[in-house]
Amino acid sequence: MKRKQKEKIIKNIFFFIALVSIIILGLIVVFLFSEGIPVFKVVSFKDFIFGIEWYPTYDPPSFGIWPLIVGSFIVTFFSSIIAIPLGVLSAVYIAEIAPSFIKEIFKPVIELLAGLPSVVLGFFGMAVLAPWLQETFDIPTGLNIVNASLVLALMAVPTIASISEDALYSVPQEFKEASYALGATRFETIGKVIMPAALSGISTAVILGMARAIGETMVVLMVAGGAAAIPESIFDSVRPMPASIAAEMGEAPFRSDHYHALFATGMILFFLTLCFNLVADYVSHKFKEVGSATL
Amino acid sequence: MKRSMNILLTCIICLALAGSVTAIAGETIVIKGSTTVLPIAQAVSEAYMKINPGVNISISGGGSGNGIKALIDKSTDIANSSRFIKDKEVQMAVEKGSYPVPHRVAIDAIVPIVHPSNNVGNLTVEQLSLIYQGKITNWKEVGGPDLQIVVVSRDTSSGTYEVWEEKILHKAKVTPKAQLQASNGAVVQAVSNNKYAIGYIGFGYLNDSVKPLKIAGVVASVETALSGEFAVARPLFMFTNGWPTGAVSSFMAFLLSREGQEIVKKEGFIPLF
Repeated sequence: MKRKQKEKIIKNIFFFIALVSIIILGLIVVFLFSEGIPVFKVVSFKDFIFGIEWYPTYDPPSFGIWPLIVGSFIVTFFSSIIAIPLGVLSAVYIAEIAPSFIKEIFKPVIELLAGLPSVVLGFFGMAVLAPWLQETFDIPTGLNIVNASLVLALMAVPTIASISEDALYSVPQEFKEASYALGATRFETIGKVIMPAALSGISTAVILGMARAIGETMVVLMVAGGAAAIPESIFDSVRPMPASIAAEMGEAPFRSDHYHALFATGMILFFLTLCFNLVADYVSHKFKEVGSATL
Repeated sequence: MKRSMNILLTCIICLALAGSVTAIAGETIVIKGSTTVLPIAQAVSEAYMKINPGVNISISGGGSGNGIKALIDKSTDIANSSRFIKDKEVQMAVEKGSYPVPHRVAIDAIVPIVHPSNNVGNLTVEQLSLIYQGKITNWKEVGGPDLQIVVVSRDTSSGTYEVWEEKILHKAKVTPKAQLQASNGAVVQAVSNNKYAIGYIGFGYLNDSVKPLKIAGVVASVETALSGEFAVARPLFMFTNGWPTGAVSSFMAFLLSREGQEIVKKEGFIPLF
């Protein structure tokens, strides 16, 4: 009886420890909403999302975050175009093709890339990439969509590569053996057996990589240029949502409409990353390859 | 268990007593208002508290309007303001029995800057305004090279932006295509690396990596800002309730002394003398 009670106490302690992070998350969400929702007293939900003018400090102010939403999506889109092939293909190489000594070097180096502080990457974009882009393409500014997308891609690659690599690695050995036994070549095996089997894991990797790009703040604050206008070319500056929040929150008067509007922007951002995570979760469950049959 | 509780309790009481004693011994000055004046208030307070350790200064922002409102409500000793008090506010103050006294503490001058290779050296207020509204988009329209103009602006909450909006734009909206930088230093960095760019910064941040522009033929300098010839300059104020006495008086005297004005200069503003 005493042993059982002890077990029960220990179990409860662990339960509460696990609960702490959930409670904290819940409180943050409550805070976010209670500070963000008041802005809808001065601007309708539709005008807030689809309004194309962001002039929070004018009289009268306009709180339209459509240019910011477009900015966020466009840099996420372009960075995904760059990061997905890079990330997935390097995962394929590491998991299936590379000899073990190369694998020993590549895997930790790619993971190290994930550990680079974003401000360092931002600084790189600002001081190295921006002048280079400006001179090479003879454009008015190097702080633009291309620059932000490149730097964000650099951040998303390690996420995509390491999760994809895990997915590829966990494809059962029997699949490969069966494929080879049927006379398939190595690349046929990778393309037609291993990749489809690991598809759910790779999709999850891609979506998590995109979620990282859309929520990233420092990089877009430093290299996206910060123009709150809907871009007309890929060399235009944009101001993604996190950059706007970071730049303006410090000076926005406490509990003013501007302050609430920034929190509401945070709410939208929270919904977007939540959607990405839910989709990732759904995909990883839905298309899961379960089990393998062996003799 | 009980014993340790007692010790703990005694400690807490002792700490509380000690806290209240120092609070009684030291004088407290409360400063509220304009975020533009905030860096001056902060830097000067730090220096002042070092010399007068007994005085406690608490500073917060909130904008000029809120500062003056707090002064009228008597919830602050000094109200920072980047503009003169309005008639309505004076009226309200008199009704509530306060008497706001203005003290000019510094001059805030904002200088337009371009890349050193740009041959444009002089623009009128009108031209600057049109450039920032996005109506002039090429340097050749103002006598420069045939290059697109990249407009660099500050986040709309900053005090520097506020002066620019008031003196150059006259409340017109900045083009949404303007790039946003979060500090004076970042604007200098952006403009010094970009031959297309125009930006504006506080006078104190000027250096050799960028070229300052004349406005309607007037060079930005301490003299032209003080005389009012330079268009983008404004006095900054601190308001006190009645003529200052006690700690507030000694703080104001320090701020307006040579030493205080030296700090003003270091913060990027133009000192009064």
